Amino acid sequence: MNDSLDLRPDFSAAGAAVPPFTAEHEAFRASARGWIERELLPHADEWEADKWYPNEMFGAMAEQGFIGLKFDPAYGGDGDEVAAAVLAMEMARCGSGGVAAGLGAHMEIALPPIAKFGSEEQKQRWLVPGIKGELIAALAITEPDAGSDVAGLRTTARPVDGGWIVSGEKCYITGGCRADVLVTAVRMAGTERHDGITFLAIERGEGVESSALEKLGWHASDTALIKFDDVFVPEENLLGDVGQGFALIMANFQWERLTMSLGAVGAMEVCFEQTIKYAQEREAFGRPISKNQVIRHKFAEMATKIEVGRALSLHALRLHVSGQNAVGEVTKAKLFTQKAAVEVADECLQIHGGAGYMVEYGIERALRDARLGPIGGGTDEVMREILGKTLGL
Amino acid sequence: MSATEEVIKPDFAGQQKHFIFNEDHDRLRESIGAFVEKELTPHAEEWEETTFPDSVIKRMGELGFLGLSMPEEYGGQGGDYYCNLVLAEEMSKSGSGGLAMGVAVHTDMAMPPIHLFGTEEQKQEWLVPAIKGEKILCLGITEPDAGSDVSGIKTRAVRDGDEYVINGSKTYITNGHRADVIVLVTKTDPDAGYDGFSLFLVPMDAPGVIREKKLEKLGMHASDTALLAFQDVRVPASAMLGQEGKGFFHIMWELQGERLIGAAGCVAGAQVCFDKTLEYAMERQAFGRQIGKFQVIRHKFAEMATKIEAARQMTYMTAWRFNNGEYPVREISMAKLYSARIAVEVADECIQIHGGAGYMKEYGIERVWRDMRLNRIGAGTDEIMLDVIGRSYGL
Repeated sequence: MNDSLDLRPDFSAAGAAVPPFTAEHEAFRASARGWIERELLPHADEWEADKWYPNEMFGAMAEQGFIGLKFDPAYGGDGDEVAAAVLAMEMARCGSGGVAAGLGAHMEIALPPIAKFGSEEQKQRWLVPGIKGELIAALAITEPDAGSDVAGLRTTARPVDGGWIVSGEKCYITGGCRADVLVTAVRMAGTERHDGITFLAIERGEGVESSALEKLGWHASDTALIKFDDVFVPEENLLGDVGQGFALIMANFQWERLTMSLGAVGAMEVCFEQTIKYAQEREAFGRPISKNQVIRHKFAEMATKIEVGRALSLHALRLHVSGQNAVGEVTKAKLFTQKAAVEVADECLQIHGGAGYMVEYGIERALRDARLGPIGGGTDEVMREILGKTLGL
Repeated sequence: MSATEEVIKPDFAGQQKHFIFNEDHDRLRESIGAFVEKELTPHAEEWEETTFPDSVIKRMGELGFLGLSMPEEYGGQGGDYYCNLVLAEEMSKSGSGGLAMGVAVHTDMAMPPIHLFGTEEQKQEWLVPAIKGEKILCLGITEPDAGSDVSGIKTRAVRDGDEYVINGSKTYITNGHRADVIVLVTKTDPDAGYDGFSLFLVPMDAPGVIREKKLEKLGMHASDTALLAFQDVRVPASAMLGQEGKGFFHIMWELQGERLIGAAGCVAGAQVCFDKTLEYAMERQAFGRQIGKFQVIRHKFAEMATKIEAARQMTYMTAWRFNNGEYPVREISMAKLYSARIAVEVADECIQIHGGAGYMKEYGIERVWRDMRLNRIGAGTDEIMLDVIGRSYGL
């Protein structure tokens, strides 16, 4: 420990990289952040207004090696889950929750099931071009009548010669309008609840109809209502085994929730930094508003939420990347960080005053975007149910 | 539901281990834990009436628990900072906040400055016996007119030849009635602002040291809390601890370690409360089922578990930084703020879940609630933590 007899804290000194991040990961963080701020951020306003970002951005991300970070080098990846976690934290720097979610969904929730459960042939078909950004994938689980109750899904696959005929509906599908392949949870005809849930990779084609849903936030992200109208899906598109779907869904949730936790920490930091700057410049009653104790304390509360969220998320990440089952920790991290991000965005809007309500300042977008967090990827209520079960209740 | 259970089968009993703790820490935890369970917890209720006896300190000294991270040359165990965390966590399981606090003042508040700033003579006179548990330490910062505003303290130490003459008053002094020596914060130069404070090691049996009052409190009943007066107390100049004029900065350093240990104690205390309450909720029946099976109660436990884990991780991550040689004042303040706050919230929710039994002394939950309430104030109020954090951003 420190031997100095006259210790004063140096708040400008950056601490050592917190495990599992190494100094190399922090260097990667800086370079990823730089790229995002140069190549994505300047287009955020335009893409939000258009409610669309170009498909080319997947290729641009792939060129940086961003999509393949955690995937097996045999398929064009880097095999570094921790680096992928770093990127998830930095995506918020793009200035649009919708863009971050859209690019993120492809990498973090749609491709992983193919990587985990796909055959060699399937990985060549979808994972390899997916990592190159030449093919876009989306995950389709939620339905109009089944969200939290995943086992209640009703999209049905009726066996026919050489495959299945699929009919049903999916909704709230991120990337659902643009995706070339939909990693879809269906149930085998005649099955109930968890039994019979199966994953099929459904390529866009005849009988697949998608339309964009209008939302409170995530405007740049195409969130689809998808109809499967007697779509033929060949046997070769079965991911994993028939009836194995539920385990596949559960396995995927952990990484999704981890990236959401880390993403929320990153988003809170962006909000915080922008707002501190504003508070130090904006004057009222003869001084910067940051000099008001109440404002100082608001920043202190927010900073504390961010650091606590970071500590909780990194603990979950460490356990996850070491191969341990970290359902409890991941669930707590997701529950804590999503709510914290809404509170931080809201407080940042408040500190901005009238300017906070104006689109120009970007804060109102951050709040609208953050509001999905306590719902998507598993609602707060479901998170609490999971934690309750882990306690035996 | 069988498929769900299959997927969420893994064993969740006990928290997943944090990397700061190794096998040595685990063994230490077991041995302190066994001592606490056998020799302290059974007396917690009794000591609420009498305060804990000095013999507890002596016994802990004998067991080597008082100098866990102190150098072996002074009789310590030569361990790392994480050993102090383990002690704080295990002591919280005694069910007596006052006992845990009294011991922590000795090991983690008064002792570290003596170790870091003391001369060899001072270390032999106070540190060695303190580690053995033969001498009890306390810390004197707060005064009737100056708490949060440490720089407003008025206890004066005036040089007179080879001695200093000390006059003043200290309040809320934990161990103030049992201690052999006090690490006293005084003003030695009224014109030097923050550079006018100095620390002294003042024997509590020195003429003029008056234990004026035993303060009665909401909680922490097992701990003796003193109002002290210093009337023309004379100490040799060699009793000054650390550098003249650096007392304010010495004590600011001390407070960091104190706050982080406090945070660890809050997390552990909250966990004990939680575990007891979970057990209660699985046994207590109402409307034909265990009350834990009501969704609202299940979700209360989920929220509490999340808060406790968040506080735990913040505390451990900060302890890692601290042990790594950083001086993470901002993060320590955050850990203390958050841990103290959630401990109070958890204790309150645990009373509620216990229903009427939660209000009864017999169940011990109301004691935790009363004890925890201090932590949002002692060692730095929530408001001061927020100010320190805010100012650390230049605000």
